[in-house]
Amino acid sequence: MRALTWHGKHDVRVDTVDDPEILNPRDAIIKVTSTAICGSDLHLYDGFIPTMKAGDILGHEFMGEVVETGPGSTLRKGQRVVVPFTIACGSCYHCGKHQYSACDNGNPADNQDIAQELYGQPMSGLFGYSHMTGGYAGGQAEYVRVPFSDVGPIVIPDGIDDDRVLFLSDILPTGWQAAENAEIEPGDTVVVWGCGPVGLFAVQSAFLMGAERVIAIDHFPRRLELARRFGAETINYEETRTYEALIEMTGGIGPDACIDAVGLEAHGFFADNVWDQIKVSTFTGTDRTHSIRQAIHACRKGGRISMPAVYGGFVDKFPLGAFMEKGLTLKTGQTHVQHYLPGLLNAIVEDKIDTTFLISHRLPLEQAPDGYRMFHDHQNDVTKVVLKPGLDRVAA
Amino acid sequence: MTDIRDDAPAATAKHASATQNAAREGLSGEGDTLIARSVTINRSRDDLYRFWRDFPNLAKFMENVKRIDVRDDCTSHWVVAGPGETTVEWDAQITQDVPGEAIAWASTNSPDVSNSGRVEFRDAGERGTVVTATIFYKAPAGFVGKLIAKLFQREPGIQARRDLRRFKQLMETGEVATAARTLKQREEEIA
Repeated sequence: MRALTWHGKHDVRVDTVDDPEILNPRDAIIKVTSTAICGSDLHLYDGFIPTMKAGDILGHEFMGEVVETGPGSTLRKGQRVVVPFTIACGSCYHCGKHQYSACDNGNPADNQDIAQELYGQPMSGLFGYSHMTGGYAGGQAEYVRVPFSDVGPIVIPDGIDDDRVLFLSDILPTGWQAAENAEIEPGDTVVVWGCGPVGLFAVQSAFLMGAERVIAIDHFPRRLELARRFGAETINYEETRTYEALIEMTGGIGPDACIDAVGLEAHGFFADNVWDQIKVSTFTGTDRTHSIRQAIHACRKGGRISMPAVYGGFVDKFPLGAFMEKGLTLKTGQTHVQHYLPGLLNAIVEDKIDTTFLISHRLPLEQAPDGYRMFHDHQNDVTKVVLKPGLDRVAA
Repeated sequence: MTDIRDDAPAATAKHASATQNAAREGLSGEGDTLIARSVTINRSRDDLYRFWRDFPNLAKFMENVKRIDVRDDCTSHWVVAGPGETTVEWDAQITQDVPGEAIAWASTNSPDVSNSGRVEFRDAGERGTVVTATIFYKAPAGFVGKLIAKLFQREPGIQARRDLRRFKQLMETGEVATAARTLKQREEEIA
């Protein structure tokens, strides 16, 4: 089959590799019909993520048709499914609590060692995202082996286009969980740092959960425009002093809940120190500043911080004093995708949530390297690239 | 000597010798390294005990164990992979067997690969069962030492932790998780 493989910094290629096979009873093989490039794939592309090996197949946002099933799978050939990016067994204590991204068993035993040393406990496996999270081949390919296929994939009813449901695999539930972790109360003002896909879905979700106002922060005009479309007020941090603006826009109180949906893109995996060195100011600077610091600084007393943003290593100058004195609450974590799938699929089917606005480019799998380059170089215009293995070549 | 012991497991002690700690754990045998690892498994302790007591099953999740032959109710013969194509073998004698609670063993007539250990199963309420494996072994020098190093990995306890994770996977999910894409890749992983 053809698959997008990683070979090093800014070097991804479409190679011919062996087709996947059923290896365990609960496996299924999915023929991919749509797969997206995620913002977090750019961190792999930029070479920030350790434990990558040449030839690794990338991609953790994908869906397709079931073409083969193991004896323990509950799927049937021909069904269309969206596959969660988190690989969870459904049988362990954490899965029982619907904490799927904390699954004990989704990550192969040997690969759990790195995360055990780094984080104290290993997390679940993920598709296409380095060997620390399992080393599983990803979805930017013609076929994928999906373990625990009786737990993860959700069957999509006929008549619902791929584009409407593809983002159930990661970014829609991630944006939703971000808003849920903000514990929004009626009348709240919620601020979202970062208007990438997760931030934009968090904006939508926050309104659905009863936020009175949502303020979205970014510096890409196109992304701010999309946030405005959903009713958010916007701050362009290159034009505006963010902290002062947030205090003024909330009558001197500060926002009730803050969502940091920026993460790695501004910080880098283990690269925080580098950013710290090149940063010109610490807390209220107008240049790139840690969004999480700014969120803690701006948040109202007793307020809530939700951090869907991916952080990998250590962060310097974390404002622990402000966090403690103001009595803030911080909730974070990888997304428990499986927990949110039925509810969010319903919301899509009932037209309460639309995610198709995000897709700016559709390319055949063969042009995936172009997709990475475009997404990397033109973040204002390229909001989301969807790869379709069957699609004809398009001018890129 | 003042007793400054706390309630932590002996294998987590900073200062005491392996022999002292092994004695605290009730393991006699010969050795210089004590490792103990716990894992919580969402199954009853009877289920887990029964699976473990059927020794040939252990080869399903212990990476380096090629085969375990049961000689009689108390004796088993272990065949373990060494570097390259080599294998190392020993007999193990059951020294304690409490159904649903604990199994202890010690190697016999194999001074080069002397090892003893115990696996315990304790109720953990709605979380299932805490399984603790404690192994006391001698890491000899030379060629056999290399075998042992491979057997238990460089850092004592890593292999036990991995094996217990695979035991948990097998008992909770019915399979051992693999990131391989093809049968060939999985065979290479195991080899």
